[in-house]
Amino acid sequence: MKRIVALTVNGVHHELAVQPQRTLLELIREDIGLTGTKKGCGIGDCGGCTVLVDDVPTFSCLMLAVQADGCNVETVEGLAENGELNRLQQAFVDHGAIQCGYCTPGMLMTSTQLLREEPHPSENEIRTAISGNLCRCTGYQKIVESIQQAAEGDNE
Amino acid sequence: MSDYKVLNTRAPRVDAAAKAMGKAQYTDDLSRPDMLYGAILHSPVAHAKILSIDTSRAEALPGVKAVVTSEDAGTDPYGVSPARYDETIFCHDKVRYIGDEIAAVAATDPDTAMEALRLIKVDFEPLPLVLDGEHALDDGLPQLHDSYKNNTCAQVHWNFGDVEQGRKEAKFIRTDKMVSRMQDAAFMEPQSVLAEVDPFGNLTMYSSTQAPHYVQRTLAMALKLPLHKVRVVKPAVGGGFGPKASCSTAELATCLLAMKTGKPVKFTFDREQVFLHSRARHQFWHTMTTGIREDGTIAFLEHNAILDGGAYASFGIATIYYAGSLLGGPYRLKNMKYDGYRVVTNKPACGAQRGHGAVIARALFEVQLDRLAEELGMDPIELRLKNVMDAGETTCNELFVSSFGMREALEAVRDSAAWQQKRGLAGQTRAAGKGIGAACGFFVSGAGYSIYRSKTYHCTVVTKVDEVGGGVIVSSGAADIGQGSDTMLAMVTAEELGLPLEDVRVQTGDTNFSVDLGAYSSRTTLMTGAACRDAAQDVKRQILSAVASRVGVPPEMLDLKDGFVVSLGDPIDFNGLREEFLHEHFGFSDLPDSPQLTFREASRIAFLEIGTVVGTGSYRPPKLGGSFKGAAVGTSPAFGCSAQVSEVTVDLETGEVSVDRITGAHDCGFAINTTQVEGQMQGSMMMGMGEALMEQICYDDKGRILNSNLAEYKIPTSLDMPQLDAIIVESHEPNGPYGAKEVGEGAIMPVIPSVLNAIYDATGVRINELPVTPERIVKALKEKRAAEKEER
Repeated sequence: MKRIVALTVNGVHHELAVQPQRTLLELIREDIGLTGTKKGCGIGDCGGCTVLVDDVPTFSCLMLAVQADGCNVETVEGLAENGELNRLQQAFVDHGAIQCGYCTPGMLMTSTQLLREEPHPSENEIRTAISGNLCRCTGYQKIVESIQQAAEGDNE
Repeated sequence: MSDYKVLNTRAPRVDAAAKAMGKAQYTDDLSRPDMLYGAILHSPVAHAKILSIDTSRAEALPGVKAVVTSEDAGTDPYGVSPARYDETIFCHDKVRYIGDEIAAVAATDPDTAMEALRLIKVDFEPLPLVLDGEHALDDGLPQLHDSYKNNTCAQVHWNFGDVEQGRKEAKFIRTDKMVSRMQDAAFMEPQSVLAEVDPFGNLTMYSSTQAPHYVQRTLAMALKLPLHKVRVVKPAVGGGFGPKASCSTAELATCLLAMKTGKPVKFTFDREQVFLHSRARHQFWHTMTTGIREDGTIAFLEHNAILDGGAYASFGIATIYYAGSLLGGPYRLKNMKYDGYRVVTNKPACGAQRGHGAVIARALFEVQLDRLAEELGMDPIELRLKNVMDAGETTCNELFVSSFGMREALEAVRDSAAWQQKRGLAGQTRAAGKGIGAACGFFVSGAGYSIYRSKTYHCTVVTKVDEVGGGVIVSSGAADIGQGSDTMLAMVTAEELGLPLEDVRVQTGDTNFSVDLGAYSSRTTLMTGAACRDAAQDVKRQILSAVASRVGVPPEMLDLKDGFVVSLGDPIDFNGLREEFLHEHFGFSDLPDSPQLTFREASRIAFLEIGTVVGTGSYRPPKLGGSFKGAAVGTSPAFGCSAQVSEVTVDLETGEVSVDRITGAHDCGFAINTTQVEGQMQGSMMMGMGEALMEQICYDDKGRILNSNLAEYKIPTSLDMPQLDAIIVESHEPNGPYGAKEVGEGAIMPVIPSVLNAIYDATGVRINELPVTPERIVKALKEKRAAEKEER
């Protein structure tokens, strides 16, 4: 039996009929067609599927789509403004935080919320915030530097 | 300071913005309106005869469009090394590991496909298991393959120089052992495939592969299709590190399902399947006897290795050779004996992973050098400096190093990490549990030989100028899997043509574009970079010739710089060409008005003169290496080298190790892109650190993986990683474009031994079993204390 789920994704309202066993990740990628959010493990280990649900970084592979009924969801596609990279995205691009790019969407969403809650995080706060987002390419160094850079840019 | 405008800078990656916006398309992001979903039936037992396979109930399930087994796929063997074709698309006579593929299904939705798998009935007759790789070659054990007597898939016996003479010359000799565990590459993107067949029978497969060309070849061979009817496309790939270099049953089965149903079929591994398929790091048992002379020079190395490669050969033949050959450098070592055995066991097949074959061998050898330095009473960095090779030298196994910044790298990390002070050499006292260790590494910059015994080019690049003028498009079969080769190609082209980076578009990873052997053996910058440079220079010659003929000067008097045609001699009147261009573009608003002729005008004029301007470049290595058996593996047009210093804090009660800082220096010849060279070094440091301290595949006694997920197979998180200092050494490799050579894999070489040497420095105990878990340290510390007590 499908259920109707009403939610907002990146400011756009959607009403969708979904099977109750489907995850929010599947809803976002397959029903809405926003494939920027990645599935790395499907069981909440890697953080690749992180989206913001009502301002909370959430592993969308661990949340049922029906649980997102009435929620405000933000994905990586919602970060750019008028086609322009936002400050955090630009910092990731400029400072080499992106290699294969598969962890990038989740990494960006986690750090977006971090900077909303703590505009000037310490290195340790950054490392703690993104510790649920695995990256196999960078050694995290340039990701941490990019988040610091985006935070510092806030001072200007 | 170089004169380059684009090269040797920190230019952002050409694909980074798309990736930051979630617009980059990976294979699993692709879909087709009438697409079917694939699923694969894996063996639930590690070793058994297949008595029967009944797919009738699965085929009858509504929504199932095809079920394929060896009946459809045939039983002709394929594999990576032509001498060891030991895999079939599906198992037919027996299964050899938990995960071995038996059948595949295509259905209208994923749930139906999974349900169909449950309806396939397979009768097995269990066979006894071989799980212990160290003893798999003993007599009297079950045999996995008829063709591998004593489960020995490959063996290597080398003897260079005179080991016995070396033994006589040696003042200190010691024998040590090291054992590792199988590891997983743990790339973030699970393998995914989408296959479709057009009305003319052309098969196109999109796949998260590192080597589109070799996969194309294997698909054609195993599916019995003409090569030109098979196209492999690599969308964005979320990391590979080796295991994505070989063609997989996932790829073959998905193509088979698409051919059988006539519909596009997509299949994506879940994370457990990534572990089951593996093709990642082997398990290694190394025994080394090394001797040094009184002056600290290395007298000889006698090396024995057993590699557990799991059920099939995969890349393992190269692995067993690399495990021996890459100890030939970076030190002067004239006498080296190597006996290597690569065995098969009832576990997932192992293959290539970053630092192919040589990582654990390097770890033990570098630990031995530390121990010998201690016996001799010499600082371990000093001992290494006494032995490092210089450019122009040849190793005992006939590897010629044409550029070599080993000495510079070692001195750089020694000084940058304040080795003297921290090691306590300058008389400072040190806190308990603090340690510092060093090591070096050596790696190929592209394999000197392909699997072809022909004079095939290893890569070609096609660069076409827009007919409308202004931009260029670089086409290549090269595979950017995250390492950044697309950006390298764009930078090389922009540099040669005097263009800004944004005027170069790059399209790669498609066998339609050109031949390129793929992203393995750290080959792309040196090989595809060289072909790309030649293609751009070809374009430049054509454009300048066309312009020169119009203005009546010799082409060599013209150059392309900063987006303009410049005269190397007297000023040239380009007004005629300018007028021609303006005349053509009546009504346009963005017309050139500078006094110089722009690239846009010049490239348009060239098109009007000679038609579409296309430049090509090709690369194949020169003949390399010696004539002994297996001499081809390890050869390379150039060799990278690296040094690292690791600093650790060990909790002497719990055995927990924190790595506080890694300082690495790598000789990449010339950094095309500084940021990306650092990125490869830092990524290597992380992978090496994970392998040193936490990464291991655990099996039970039935051959089941106990930790086939990223929670229990631990890779470093942001909290585990210390500060990573990357120092770039540029030795200007004569055989590489602009002096460039590898960085993708070499930088992983010193990580494990530098961490191990630091742990010893901190604790006084040597752990010869990887990963160095807290338990192993605590156990070793207890044994040490007990021994000390006994002595008292």
